Amino acid sequence: MRGMTLIVKTVVRIVSAFIVLYGIYIILYGHLTPGGGFPGGVIVAAAFILIMLAYGKEIALKRFGDRSASLLDNFGALGFLVIALLGLTGGYFFFNFINKGQPFRLVSAGTMPLSNIAIGIKVLACLYAVFVALAIFGRAVHRVERGDLKGGEER
Amino acid sequence: MTLFVVLLVFMIIGSIIAIEARNLLSAVISVGAVGFALSIGFLLLGAPDLAITQIVVEVIALILLIRGTISLDNTAIEKHRDTFAVISTLVFLGIFLVFGYVALQDMPKLGDPLMKVSQGYLQTGLQKTGAANIVMSIVLDFRGYDTLGEATVLFTSILGAFVVLRRRGRKRKEEKDRARVGIPGDL
Repeated sequence: MRGMTLIVKTVVRIVSAFIVLYGIYIILYGHLTPGGGFPGGVIVAAAFILIMLAYGKEIALKRFGDRSASLLDNFGALGFLVIALLGLTGGYFFFNFINKGQPFRLVSAGTMPLSNIAIGIKVLACLYAVFVALAIFGRAVHRVERGDLKGGEER
Repeated sequence: MTLFVVLLVFMIIGSIIAIEARNLLSAVISVGAVGFALSIGFLLLGAPDLAITQIVVEVIALILLIRGTISLDNTAIEKHRDTFAVISTLVFLGIFLVFGYVALQDMPKLGDPLMKVSQGYLQTGLQKTGAANIVMSIVLDFRGYDTLGEATVLFTSILGAFVVLRRRGRKRKEEKDRARVGIPGDL
């Protein structure tokens, strides 16, 4: 996987930033418009997958490695759980403890934007990690089994 | 409604093509067509949240499946049928259709649900949670526990994928490993 042609690389370099921006918009405005943490996270993950398909795995993994993807995954899941647990300060699990504010504003609905951000981070890291695991690790394993490279060696 | 029926027939035909196609790549592409038709169906039923999620997940799944099928060596699968499997499939399909017809007699009409619990959510959701998107107020506030369970399922499956497919810590089997787990010799 050494990357695609120059045309694809140029287009991806311009477009990927906008895809990430759109995903962040979907995540942040989840409590106002259709969308939310899950679709927004998938859109951001799609931008990273696009970069990996166009530029090859070395450059993409240098920007966003599998180790940091799994770290972000853990961070998002724990963040959502912590938001749920902080509700115990107000009475019960998943209590909306932040002031609800005025409806139809960006900062409103209490803990909901925070939960959306946590879920978005979790989903983007985890889908990217699935792609890395299936597209990269799998090939290395096949080559280990065929005997092209010794076990334990880095690809 | 006619458009909806046309979409449903298109999805059924796409699913049958996906099952019957001998080429794995064309099967994957027809699965993708079914997914996109499903997202349009969600839009027609008035569920833009689900439509966005469906279309985005479908794109990612299509990329993953195409990468998975291209890297495989054998793209054509052998076709084998035995009479018993076909007959039992037909029998159970008939039973399923009969029971489905009986069960659907008592169901409320499509797009016209009973609205016992959801009526309360729709009426008091904005005051109670302050979220303009009523779907998010249900998913993240009224039914936050379910979302936590869903996030846990996703997290656990990714953990499993990483453990099974990792490359660090993977090495060839050696003789002393075989002796340690008690399987000597070449298996």
